[in-house]
Amino acid sequence: MTTSQAASPTTSPTATPSEQDLERHFDEIIARDQRIEPRDWMPDGYRKTLVRQIAQHAHSEIIGMQPEANWITRAPSLRRKAILLAKVQDEAGHGLYLYSAAETLGADRTEMTEKLIDSRQKYSSIFNYPTLNFADVGVIGWLVDGAAICNQVPLCRSSYGPYARGMVRICKEESFHQRQGYELLMTMMRGTEEQRQMVQDATDRWWWPSLMMFGPPDHDSPNTAQSMEWKIKRHTNDELRQRFVDMTVPQAEALGVTLPDPELAWNDERGHYDFGEIDWSEFKQVISGNGPCNAQRLAHRRRAHEDGAWVREAAAAHAAKHSHAAVS
Amino acid sequence: MSERGEWPLYEVFVRSKRGLNHVHVGSLRAGDAEMALRHARDVYTRRNEGVSIWVVKASDITASSPDEKDPFFAPAADKVYRHPTFYDIPENVPHM
Ligand SMILES: [Fe+2]
Ligand SMILES: [Fe+2]
Repeated sequence: MTTSQAASPTTSPTATPSEQDLERHFDEIIARDQRIEPRDWMPDGYRKTLVRQIAQHAHSEIIGMQPEANWITRAPSLRRKAILLAKVQDEAGHGLYLYSAAETLGADRTEMTEKLIDSRQKYSSIFNYPTLNFADVGVIGWLVDGAAICNQVPLCRSSYGPYARGMVRICKEESFHQRQGYELLMTMMRGTEEQRQMVQDATDRWWWPSLMMFGPPDHDSPNTAQSMEWKIKRHTNDELRQRFVDMTVPQAEALGVTLPDPELAWNDERGHYDFGEIDWSEFKQVISGNGPCNAQRLAHRRRAHEDGAWVREAAAAHAAKHSHAAVS
Repeated sequence: MSERGEWPLYEVFVRSKRGLNHVHVGSLRAGDAEMALRHARDVYTRRNEGVSIWVVKASDITASSPDEKDPFFAPAADKVYRHPTFYDIPENVPHM
């Protein structure tokens, strides 16, 4: 049985294997493409890398609720409102699956939340951009969830069992997210000229930040090699980014919008689309806290956490009272 | 409840439909078991993934340790006579 407790409470009656034996056993499991499970021995670096990646991923799901939640009360119909509510609720669920996976590695959930609101742990740069009109909701589903799917599908085969299983659940749900967004945009494109303009405007604003979601270029991503060796990651940032561009271009054509990149062109030789240079200085600015909405996103998360404190305390007091009653 | 006033960790098991076992799906934090059930419904069964949920405090689970994997499961490894293929039955004997 797998429990979420990382620490091994029992002392083995057999002789303790040496660190080298343990490391060899770990390497063999990875080489055989089997999964590492919570109570297995693992190198410190493997554990740390996973905690950082999973926590960052969980925070992204939680912060990612905000840009879209901005439009729930102003959705143009009950149908759109119900869809948007369900989608935002899913993102909360994704955050919780991931916090649950991080806890199997010994990370503490409250501590992770504290690290997020103190800016000691990061979340995806994409959620620091504002949602200016309702078409943004559609474009987020199409491009942002689309990029997330591209990133997450290979993570379903990640070497750490609880993370991979969490990703399987998440990927199943993301497909609805992307499709509802694209359907919303198709509806707007069949509408007025002004509505088509809104879709184009949202596409223009979200395209480049979506490409940045895959992280820095390979030559500037020092952790990628080790992560791939451990099979935490299965593809490099640039590989995934290319895959996303190739998938998205025909979708943009079908929708009737122009992707804001004059250099975007099919390259017969490579069998891929070429695309323009990403503004990495913007990425670095946003990642280091200077994006358009960083302060707002964190302030909101902090307020929600602090406003919820009395609920957590009351529930704990209620539980304590009832466990006393059960004993006496 | 821990010293920091945190909610304890509950492991969640879901029976996806009648006729199947409950399967471990993940964990969550809740004030008590009743709240854990409600949270489990919202977190793990938003799309009819379950007809029944069990929650159990993670601290109440006793698990085998991976360190003692070999000796712990050894009793099962050398008893080939527990498997039907261990026995030779002539081909002409039906329904065996
Ligand atoms: Fe998500
Ligand atoms: Fe999503």
